[in-house]
Amino acid sequence: MNLMTERNLEKAVNDKMNAQPNAIKMQGKDVTVHYGEKQALFGVSLDVPEKMVTALIGPSGCGKSTFLRSLNRMNDTIEGCKIGGKITLDDEDIYNPKIDVVELRARVGMVFQKPNPFPKSIFENVAYGPRIHGLAKNRQQLEEIVEKSLRRASLFEEVKDRLHEAGTGLSGGQQQRLCIARAIAVSPEVILMDEPCSALDPIATAKVEELIDELRQNYTIVIVTHSMQQAARVSQRTAMFHLGNLVEVGDTEMMFTNPTEKRTQDYITGRFG
Amino acid sequence: MTDISLNPAGISAKPARRDIGLKRRYAAERRFKLYGIAAIAIGMFFLVALLYSVLSNGYTAFWQTEVNLAINLDPKIIDPDNKRATDPKVLLTANYPVLARNALAEKLGVSSSDKAGMRELGKLFSEGVRGQLRELVVSNPSLIGTTQNVWVLTGADIDSAFKGQIDLSVDQSRRKVSDKQVEWMNKLKSEGVMAQRFNTGLFTYGASSRPETSGLGVALIGSLYMMLIVLFLSLPIGVAASIYLEEYAKKNRLTDIIEVNINNLAAVPSIVFGLLGLAVFINFFHMPRSASLVGGLVLTLMTLPTIIIATRAALRAVPPSIRAAALGIGASKTQMVFHHVLPLAAPGILTGTIIGLAHALGETAPLLLIGMVAFVANSPVTPLDPSTALPVQIYMWANEAERAFVERTSGAIIVLLLFLAVMNITAIILRRRFERRW
Repeated sequence: MNLMTERNLEKAVNDKMNAQPNAIKMQGKDVTVHYGEKQALFGVSLDVPEKMVTALIGPSGCGKSTFLRSLNRMNDTIEGCKIGGKITLDDEDIYNPKIDVVELRARVGMVFQKPNPFPKSIFENVAYGPRIHGLAKNRQQLEEIVEKSLRRASLFEEVKDRLHEAGTGLSGGQQQRLCIARAIAVSPEVILMDEPCSALDPIATAKVEELIDELRQNYTIVIVTHSMQQAARVSQRTAMFHLGNLVEVGDTEMMFTNPTEKRTQDYITGRFG
Repeated sequence: MTDISLNPAGISAKPARRDIGLKRRYAAERRFKLYGIAAIAIGMFFLVALLYSVLSNGYTAFWQTEVNLAINLDPKIIDPDNKRATDPKVLLTANYPVLARNALAEKLGVSSSDKAGMRELGKLFSEGVRGQLRELVVSNPSLIGTTQNVWVLTGADIDSAFKGQIDLSVDQSRRKVSDKQVEWMNKLKSEGVMAQRFNTGLFTYGASSRPETSGLGVALIGSLYMMLIVLFLSLPIGVAASIYLEEYAKKNRLTDIIEVNINNLAAVPSIVFGLLGLAVFINFFHMPRSASLVGGLVLTLMTLPTIIIATRAALRAVPPSIRAAALGIGASKTQMVFHHVLPLAAPGILTGTIIGLAHALGETAPLLLIGMVAFVANSPVTPLDPSTALPVQIYMWANEAERAFVERTSGAIIVLLLFLAVMNITAIILRRRFERRW
């Protein structure tokens, strides 16, 4: 498969070996989503294994972002959005009325397409989450969390001297890593990423991808991407969506080398989409 | 233009250039620019005309002619029966104008037996001297028996003549100041004891039938109370309503109806709000008439739609990505609104509020209906006391005939315009200062 370098292929194979015993972290069963009259998802069933990167690919409007956003109930904020089927986090139905959506979003964090730091200082951006969830008992603990999160997002060295300057003053790539730091500051279990690199240049993209690969050690990651190369580089599992249906899901290596569905093959080789 | 390069061989066969109407388009653009400039020029002309007429009529209102008199606070006139130690009323009811008249007569050498002369002399200074001297004596009774140098207001007609607003070339029977008075006036002027001084009374006096002792004091206090009431009621109510409608309420028929009604309320003539205030606050709740509390409540109702519309626009202008970011790390909706959306919308809200307040400050019609068009001489202490408002005071003075009221009308307009300008400039500065880019 020409899309993957040999190194990546090797890595993917290793990943596959390591990844096999991973438990299911999140699970979608017959998930349907309606936006008003329009149906966006037609019964998608997809497992998200723990401590792996699952990539959702597919042409625009295929429902991959919709599926991603229903994993932490961000779709709730959209007027007229109705969700059917069942989505579980650790075997718990997240649409159960007993589940608190605020707590859910603290456990399932999100990074968006466009870097969206708050118009506050870098420190405040990262500290906001721990503060509202009461994760730090005092200022010192808060500072520790902020530093740890920034280090995990490989941003600390770049910004340590200007923690109290505006987060919006950073470059696009730094802003996106700041958003990732902000997401991991509340110690989520799952991180959802909605095309996190689509607004970034190739160098910044490489940094964020490297970061995603590191984060896999501790977090379960679901990433929506339009870039086949990116899916191949960072993910261990890939799910292909088309017209609101899940076409195929499998190990990334298998999906890119030997897809069972013709639509998958056509899409990843650029014949449509 | 690219035809030639595209078709290098067949220059002679160059197709006729399409008529894309460039000339017409440029002409249309020039024409439109001209219309724009003309529109702005007309607007500027009327603005300059307005400012010129107000300023040229009004700037003299800030100076008032006064005469410096050495007044002998004669105990025989103030307290002829020597009862001031036992009866405090004596000092309040004493005949103070006589003291001023005597001082002036002495200064100008008019004999006290010259009845006609003394009468004309009495018109030289204002009746307001009664209150002025009374205050002086009551606050410090030990001054009785001494001679004090006091700047005393001149009568309104003398003031107008001094300012050159009365044509002195016509016969004295057809003007309000006599030749004798003009002669005295010029004498006092040349001695330097009659002069124009800054008119602090314009900002402190209440209503009066004498122009020289009428001022904006009551109106300023009334307007201040009303602005405070409007600010403290309409800002929280308006912001709360907007946040609920914009962030929490479901979009359905009911909220649509509410939205349409709010937009309609913003366009309802203000006099209708006055009628509403009269019916609800005064007739139903029996609040006092002419009180700035009722005025403030009516203006609050009038300002609310403006503030709600401005606040909703400001809330809507906060990018959705900020909301998503806050929700994405587990902020509740209320935390999202109060930690992120509201701070970002604050400049827009403040701007809308200040513009709404400025609008309310200049509002007259509803106040007429709730009785704030009243002759209020004493400064209101609480918002429940009768008072007037700046624009109403202008309206009332504009109905007066004397020349001195004409300049006061314009002077009051200048004061009102200054307040409005300050408020609007504040709004612009706030908007510039807190404008954020994200």
